[in-house]
Amino acid sequence: MPEMLSLSNDPILFIAVMLTKILSVFIVVVLIVAYATYAERKIIGRMQTRLGPTMTGPLGLLQPIADGLKLFFKEDIIPSQASKVAFVLAPMMILVPAFITVGVIPFGGDIVIRGYTVPLQIADLNVGILYIIAMAGLGVYGIVLAGWSSNNKYSLIGGVRAAAQVISYELAAGLSIVAVFMLAETLSLRGIVEAQSGSILNWYVFSQPLAFCLFFITSIAEINRTPFDLPEAETELVSGFCTEYSSMKYALFFMAEYANMVVIAALISTLFLGGPAGPFPGVINILIKVFGFMFIFIWMRATFPRVRYDQLMFMGWKVFLPLALLNIVITGVVIIL
Amino acid sequence: MAIKETMTVNMGPQHPSTHGVLQLILELDGETVVKAVPHVGFLHRGVEKLTEYRSYHKALPLTDRLDYLAPMSNNLGYVLAVEKLLGITDAIPQRAKVIRVMMAEVTRIKSHLVWLATHALDIGAMTVFLYCFREREMIMDLYEKISGARMTSNYFRVGGLSLDLPAGFEQDVKAFIDSMPGHIETYEGLLSGNAIWKRRTIGVGHISAADAIDIGLTGPALRCSGVDWDLRRDNPYSGYEEYDFKVITREKGDTYDRYTARLDEMRESCKIIQQCLDRLEDGPILADVPWVCLPPKKDVLNSIEALIHQFKIVTEGFKPEPGEIYQGIEAPKGELGYYMISDGSANPYRMKVRPPSFVNLQALPQMIEGALLADVIATIGTLDIVLGEIDR
Repeated sequence: MPEMLSLSNDPILFIAVMLTKILSVFIVVVLIVAYATYAERKIIGRMQTRLGPTMTGPLGLLQPIADGLKLFFKEDIIPSQASKVAFVLAPMMILVPAFITVGVIPFGGDIVIRGYTVPLQIADLNVGILYIIAMAGLGVYGIVLAGWSSNNKYSLIGGVRAAAQVISYELAAGLSIVAVFMLAETLSLRGIVEAQSGSILNWYVFSQPLAFCLFFITSIAEINRTPFDLPEAETELVSGFCTEYSSMKYALFFMAEYANMVVIAALISTLFLGGPAGPFPGVINILIKVFGFMFIFIWMRATFPRVRYDQLMFMGWKVFLPLALLNIVITGVVIIL
Repeated sequence: MAIKETMTVNMGPQHPSTHGVLQLILELDGETVVKAVPHVGFLHRGVEKLTEYRSYHKALPLTDRLDYLAPMSNNLGYVLAVEKLLGITDAIPQRAKVIRVMMAEVTRIKSHLVWLATHALDIGAMTVFLYCFREREMIMDLYEKISGARMTSNYFRVGGLSLDLPAGFEQDVKAFIDSMPGHIETYEGLLSGNAIWKRRTIGVGHISAADAIDIGLTGPALRCSGVDWDLRRDNPYSGYEEYDFKVITREKGDTYDRYTARLDEMRESCKIIQQCLDRLEDGPILADVPWVCLPPKKDVLNSIEALIHQFKIVTEGFKPEPGEIYQGIEAPKGELGYYMISDGSANPYRMKVRPPSFVNLQALPQMIEGALLADVIATIGTLDIVLGEIDR
């Protein structure tokens, strides 16, 4: 194996490769986000005996662009009683953590450029998982700030719900993946992918089915998707924390929701489904897995009603948290034996 | 001493799930509802007063706009009331009666479909909403075929019906009631067994039989508290005593019971419609009461007497004897009553509507106080209110 490319052995190549990786990952994620909205409308439309977008471009394919343009030209309203700084800051605080999480997710195996090994991952942090959990935790500040600064009671309730929900479910989500890095003995996502390499049976979904289910469900709660979309429960709270937002600020919330879906789908694929492993080249494998999970998220939205706030809390603290702890104990016992 | 601060939330009249322009003033302690006060009147159009300035025939279209989700039920209640006032109830031809029952039951299904659609949407199940509206579209087509309008049908007439059934209408109704049980199973498949749906509805919005009677609840909301009361069976009108159907009751009086009961009511309605189709015989559709019912157009063009009749009824209307009557029917949402006073003139002296939604809405504060914010929405949905009828 050739030497790993780093800033010390070929700085110019390193910077060029790094910029290329960052740009391509960013563009791909933005594209997925844009077309996830299209896919959601098409898929849910089909499930609900509708067609979804058809008029903008062939098969309605230009719909995300039309939507983006429309929102861009809308009047940007800031309520006169709103706390302005927080109101403007909140959408960015949601979107940025959603995007920078992608940085640690490996999207392919290693390639060799001019005699150096280049990993297909923007940054291989040795605390990769902790970084992801931290970023997920940051995202909730945006929602809370949005809810509080709008000076609207529905937004406030939405913000408070979001805070309680994300904190409760982050615990269970974090604890459920403890079992994964107990097995992998590393926090680095690259390390976890390597630990699952070799055979499909090495994927942690088979050795950690409970952790997989727990992480899947709690992640949906963390990104506020149906059936856990209480912070923006439109039939109760009008539109929850983003009730007062319009124009591009609203678009940022919208993008953040889908970016979070992409990140969570990529993360589950990495942690439990071997990341880029599979029959095709690495990037395609991980994209297939991501799209698969996104389809499930969309499917769930078409199927499930919304849970109630107290039931959500009950499940988070009294079902998922004990199960996650139990899973850690079982994993520990099995490892020692 | 702990100070409890509550937040007052003004829910509505512009809110996605208050089913129109209902305003609820909610006192919230966190997510718990401490106090709820419904405010009505945002859709008041003065329907009752307007009828006092119209002859009996011309007041009929106004009733379409009471419960706009079940227009034919409103029409039925009104024409039955006027016929009772005129004393011509026995003169209504059999064919008209059967078609009235058939369309009233089609209307019940239509109303229940909108109830299920919006109720499910309120609780977050979006797909059921669109499925229900797909089936409702079939009923809309039936409405359009029979009356020319999709919503404000204005199809029944004092003394009978405005028009006979169009060609092939029986087959369309048959196709609809044959497909409907399968569709109801689809809804059940999406909701009944769903753990989240059950958790959101079982035990929510409970009301006891005694409270329900005290408030005056009627319709499915009353029957689900264990009170076996249905005007179609207990005070029959328009020939309902001849039909074989079950009155659906439940015991627990919660949202889930009301959900299952209404689904079963739709199935029963399908059975009644089938019986109507079986009984449908050729015959006149208007009573032979020349001073009330318009003569056939052919006669108007050929005979001077018929022309004079037509002219008199259209310009003057008919004048019932002075008196007052009450006629209640089992509308989809509960007991719809018309109380009419005649002073011997061609216009009603007073028409009072007893709308089921208005009375049922009174139960709302009792059902939601102490519950959570999300239950408020579920309970509004399960009461099946429509504001056109509440505010009139």
